[in-house]
Amino acid sequence: MSEEHLRTALRKIKERFNLQDAEIMHYPPTLMVEPDKIVEVCQVLRDEFDFNFLCELTAVDYWPEQEPRFNVIYGFYSHANNVRMALRVPLNGDTPSLPSIEGLYKGANWHERELWDMFGIHFDGHSDLRRILMPYDWEGHPLRKDYPLGYEEPQFSFNYDEIDKRKHHARYEEA
Amino acid sequence: MFESTEVTYEELKHLVSDRALKGETVLLNMGPQHPSTHGVLRLLLELDGEVIVNCIPDIGFLHTGIEKNMESKRWEQAEVMTDRTDYLNNTGNNLAYCLAIERLADLDVPPRAQAVRVILVELERISNHLIWLGTHALDLAAMSVFLYCFRERESILDIKELCSGQRMMTTYFRPGGLWRDIPDEFEISVRRFLRMFPPRIKQYEALLTKNPIFMDRTRNIGKISAEDAINLSLTGPVVRGSGVAYDVRKAQPYSGYEQYDFMIPTGTHGDVYDRFLVRMEEMRQSLRIIQQALDKLPYGPVRSNNRKYVPPPRAELSTSMEAVIHHFKLWTEGFNVPKGAVYQPVESPKGELGYYVESNGGNQPYRVHMRTPSFLNLQALPLMCKGHLVADLVGIIGSIDIVLGDCDR
Repeated sequence: MSEEHLRTALRKIKERFNLQDAEIMHYPPTLMVEPDKIVEVCQVLRDEFDFNFLCELTAVDYWPEQEPRFNVIYGFYSHANNVRMALRVPLNGDTPSLPSIEGLYKGANWHERELWDMFGIHFDGHSDLRRILMPYDWEGHPLRKDYPLGYEEPQFSFNYDEIDKRKHHARYEEA
Repeated sequence: MFESTEVTYEELKHLVSDRALKGETVLLNMGPQHPSTHGVLRLLLELDGEVIVNCIPDIGFLHTGIEKNMESKRWEQAEVMTDRTDYLNNTGNNLAYCLAIERLADLDVPPRAQAVRVILVELERISNHLIWLGTHALDLAAMSVFLYCFRERESILDIKELCSGQRMMTTYFRPGGLWRDIPDEFEISVRRFLRMFPPRIKQYEALLTKNPIFMDRTRNIGKISAEDAINLSLTGPVVRGSGVAYDVRKAQPYSGYEQYDFMIPTGTHGDVYDRFLVRMEEMRQSLRIIQQALDKLPYGPVRSNNRKYVPPPRAELSTSMEAVIHHFKLWTEGFNVPKGAVYQPVESPKGELGYYVESNGGNQPYRVHMRTPSFLNLQALPLMCKGHLVADLVGIIGSIDIVLGDCDR
């Protein structure tokens, strides 16, 4: 019965918004959604098909590809029907932005802050888009693929000033 | 030139009420080294007298970049890091990661390995709840419970040490099964624990459940309704305390949970006391699951025979050329997981722990994201603590049961 609900929901949403399946996802069943439609699709999922629970919100960086550079994954669960599904949103370019779904699922708040912090994906209409895990003055977005692992150079007493100078230079250039 | 990186007044103004700007309420910093915040959690409290007007959690002090680090490790090396996220639920994290790989690679797990996984994960759940109970009671000034809980947890750590040689960071579950078979003493030790533990739960309940001080400090504190809890993506005992019977073990069983008979305890009021009752009953249900799994523990191999993912046993190396090649390949470049992505949820002691794992067909994960219960459950703290006293906040944090390693990753 619940599987049936999932099948009808997927079919109806696909028809209404003209969506494609995301081949890459093995589980759960996933649809590709354009960034400008995401709030509308989430609204329909929540109100008409009873997907009342946002279980997952994350992103993947496909750098050096630019179109799409990012994929944002929204995972949903329905308590009433005990089924899961997900949406994938492709995003282009180095400074992507998406409308926030915080108005529909309050739980998206910290998820979206995390994505801003880690990937630099801007969420329009978010109530409090600050960094959440990294320090507030951190530069760059660590989970991007062009952000190298171990970038921060350890400063010892013998080379403290030298590295410090480099850091200030980098900051100055960005500002 | 550094002004641009400073946080400005305008940026933070929306976090506090207008009364704070007029000076009618007090802003108080709590943590990150406060003993009752269970780790390095910093809270900015806006207080009217002793009543909390608003609470702004500040996390990230234990952020160690585990997700980023996993992308540069091979699949089996990255598993070691999953232990370190939620350090009170090591086997549970391993399980979620292994299940995700097994689903991506279509890898089979022998029934014996599945049963042992269930036993160890349920023991881990009890161990996690014991730590929670001890520290929660300690926060509410009941000191002896803490000492009793750590005494019982010791025997669970001993069982883990028996299996894997490690007391905490076991990495005992591997893709395709277990690292090695359980020793002969395993069954005796677990049965001894099963005999010993039920009277101990009674002891804790005698100390706390009808204790008037404990009840005064937990009933009608930190209430959250079922609708709010679902909308805020809460899971685990926090949402079950509000009456939502959502448990991944029942809803979408994995590792053979469908064969075991157990109940999902739920509360009605959604306050700190109900979450306490839910976790106490969960310990009993975990014992039931362990008992059933142990009674029908099947014999047989504990790792899959798929040699593309699982190294051959030592004995085969001296007789089979193929085994030597597989061994060499697995130890030099690791295994490749087919291209694809998967979201694998399991029920950790704190709630739904989900691993989003993506592979580009290589021998390293392309992306691993952990949907951790502590991170999302903590999000409800401001809602839960509004209008309560600062002293109650300590109980509310305890009742959410956070581990900051799990929260910040």
